[in-house]
Amino acid sequence: MTLPTTAAALPDRLWQAVTGGDEQEAVGLVRAALAEGVDEEALLLDVIAPVQARVGVEWAADRITVAQEHTATAINERVIACLAHHPPSAAPPTPPRGRATVSCIDGEWHAFPARLVAEVLRLRGWQVDYLGAQTPTPHLVAHLHRTNPDAVLLSGSIATHLPTAHAAITACQAIGVPVLAGGRAFGYDGRYARALGADRWAADARGAAAVLAGGLARPHPAARRQAADDLPHLADQEYTMVVRSRPHLVKETLVALEERLPAMRDYSDAQRERTAEDIAHIVDFLATALYVDAAEIFTAFLTWTADILEARNVRARSLVPALDALSEQLRDFPRAVRLLREGTTALHGPSAPGPEMCA
Amino acid sequence: MLVVDRHGGLVRVNEAARVLLRGAAGGDGAAARVPSWLADAHRRVSDGLPGADPGPPTGTIDDRFFEAHPTPGADGDVVWWLVDETGRHHAENALSDALARSEILAEVSSALLSSLNVPRCMEVAATMAAEHLAEAAVLVGPPQGRRHPLTYARRGGPVTQVTRRVDVSIVPGLPEALQGFPPVPARWINPGDIPDWVIPDDFAGPVGSVIVTPLPGHGLPAGALILLRSSTEQAFTENEELLARLFAARAGSALSAAGLYSEQAAITATLMQDLLPPPLTSVHGVEYAGGYRASQDQERIGGDFYDVHPGADASRSTLVALGDVAGKGLEAAVLTGKIRNTLHALLPLADDHLQVLSLLNGALLTSHHTRFATLVLASVRRHRGHVELRLTSAGHPPPLIVRNDGMVEEVPTRGTLVGALPTVTARTVEAVLAPGETCLLYTDGITEARGGPLGDDLFGEHRLRRALAECAGMPAEAVVERVRMLTAQWLGAGGHDDMAAVAISAPKPGSLAALDGRADGGNPRRHR
Repeated sequence: MTLPTTAAALPDRLWQAVTGGDEQEAVGLVRAALAEGVDEEALLLDVIAPVQARVGVEWAADRITVAQEHTATAINERVIACLAHHPPSAAPPTPPRGRATVSCIDGEWHAFPARLVAEVLRLRGWQVDYLGAQTPTPHLVAHLHRTNPDAVLLSGSIATHLPTAHAAITACQAIGVPVLAGGRAFGYDGRYARALGADRWAADARGAAAVLAGGLARPHPAARRQAADDLPHLADQEYTMVVRSRPHLVKETLVALEERLPAMRDYSDAQRERTAEDIAHIVDFLATALYVDAAEIFTAFLTWTADILEARNVRARSLVPALDALSEQLRDFPRAVRLLREGTTALHGPSAPGPEMCA
Repeated sequence: MLVVDRHGGLVRVNEAARVLLRGAAGGDGAAARVPSWLADAHRRVSDGLPGADPGPPTGTIDDRFFEAHPTPGADGDVVWWLVDETGRHHAENALSDALARSEILAEVSSALLSSLNVPRCMEVAATMAAEHLAEAAVLVGPPQGRRHPLTYARRGGPVTQVTRRVDVSIVPGLPEALQGFPPVPARWINPGDIPDWVIPDDFAGPVGSVIVTPLPGHGLPAGALILLRSSTEQAFTENEELLARLFAARAGSALSAAGLYSEQAAITATLMQDLLPPPLTSVHGVEYAGGYRASQDQERIGGDFYDVHPGADASRSTLVALGDVAGKGLEAAVLTGKIRNTLHALLPLADDHLQVLSLLNGALLTSHHTRFATLVLASVRRHRGHVELRLTSAGHPPPLIVRNDGMVEEVPTRGTLVGALPTVTARTVEAVLAPGETCLLYTDGITEARGGPLGDDLFGEHRLRRALAECAGMPAEAVVERVRMLTAQWLGAGGHDDMAAVAISAPKPGSLAALDGRADGGNPRRHR
């Protein structure tokens, strides 16, 4: 680190360092930038966050391996940890502005966005409890009883966690703590956060900090609602039926695909398992679309999957027979059949940006 | 009955109405006068307008309550029939009071029951008291040392909470209310007797009436509530006092439940502290990362455990232990605590794994526990950029090593479990990790995770190996994260056993751990 770091070149250089697994270089770059007076929040949100976003994009395009993706994420986390331990330049200890809990939806593995929000809030003077990824909702609720924060910031990246998010949102509100939802799972404009009754939604870490600074009203306990009131369409039980029969649906769809696509009969066990996992994902997203009653969740997932498959030279059209087979099995469920039909249409049309799927 | 002409003049009055109206006019024998509410109703009827309220016009004459029914007469006169409805009116008022009261109490109950956090409960109780019972409310909590938590609420205003040293004894009735003994009813006190600290800063005007109410905590002191009204407001009625008592009973129950919960949660947290998996970081130039998931998601501890005991300096071995006690839940967790303590005490002997296992075996056999355990021990030392391992399994799944070329090797160490047989036998195996390579210790909760796309398959060792093959060259925490993520996805919403994994990695040249053995920053993911 002898060269002066220019802020403009920083994201590229950090990208090189994290994908190369070079932690010393990555931490050195960020420390040098801090020493040169680059704002800590700008480092987090305008350097580290875009690098992490690029990790996802490059993985989707099959330009980096799973190992590189995980290594890069781990090193980015270490870089943030170094920043967090870096003594703030001129910050006399002041009483916190308030207390906030940052948590991922139960089952959500993408902790990075939540981590960024937690660090940004800390920088802005909040007392933050960061619960991280894979936080069971009972832990979250117990934590709220213990700490009585001003708000919960609930982060989710993958849409399939929305039903769990709904349970968490109503649980937090029931004990009088408002919920600020964020992350890609809630839709690009927060539409699913609204559908699930979250008090507020924010597009990014700065937005979340602004909402928190403006103050969130505590949900009025007397106005407490039943979770089912948000989503009256659940009365048709289609979501429940699809979730309950998931293994059966996957099995039957596999059998149907083998009938329709002769090439599948020569698949290895590993290949067959991959296919089964793909079908299971389709069923999961279908179920989520049924839960939220939003076809877009399903179609966005399908077009995104098609792009992923295409990047790996797999013909995306194999998805359509899977949808056909599912339609056949779910023929008694009108909402599911409609979603599957819209999915097929989406796959024939131009591709669109979709949600991030687990690597 | 009375007849009124279109100008509001009385045309005829029967005997009953005469007595009634004369009484209303003062009983001095002067001309009977029509009460104003009836005069209004008459003008509306004469002008052909609908009544101000649906139903017949009503009003009071003297202390009686009447309904007036009009009948058109000749020349625009109106015949008014007055019906005495006093009894029904009282009954209706009482009913609507009772309804309003129970509505308030239902709202209060659901608001108070929503939180088990004591300050939050106090905030809710004070806010609702100020909203429904008085202009302002002060909730005085039971003393913490010499200080009392005080919650001030004013109707429509913000709530302030402070903990202050205040003299409660000068407020009449407050010491008894706070002690919860002797049982005292809510009592009125003279506004002149209250000290300044009782009055919220922004209270408008002089205090007119004050009530002190104990919050019954059923065996625990829950605090007391002071209700204030300014002198311009009317004093508390009998019904309002009743409501205050009912309110206090609910607030007291909620506060004592929240107090009990907080106390229990604090005790649990203290007792669990040593049973939680420790946060791992780099030690003496070697990266360590651990992952833990208890079988019950409501619990954070279980029958799996791991520890990393750093060597006294970089030339000495670091001892890693990972194991699995038969059973799950709290009882198994308590035994993991004993095993971890015993291993800690045996650290001076850590170089001789068999001796450590034998002594641990003896300790477990002589304890009252009937459970046994499997574990794997690893002595780890960094030497010239490579990491030297000595691994011993005691009835535990053998560790796996991920080589840089993606090969996954099983370390062929075997041994008997501990805590079941009089003697243990085990074979220690040595291995070396090149920079970038990882050794994974894991419990069978991972390989026996049941789920997958078809719902009922074991994750199995071959899937674990396949997953690890993709982890070549990854840092320790990324390997553990990958394994945890894949097993979590495999499980879906299904049940599972306790799961634990520890990765021991030889850092690559670019790693901070490789520099001097202690990466600052540590492991950022374990801030729970």
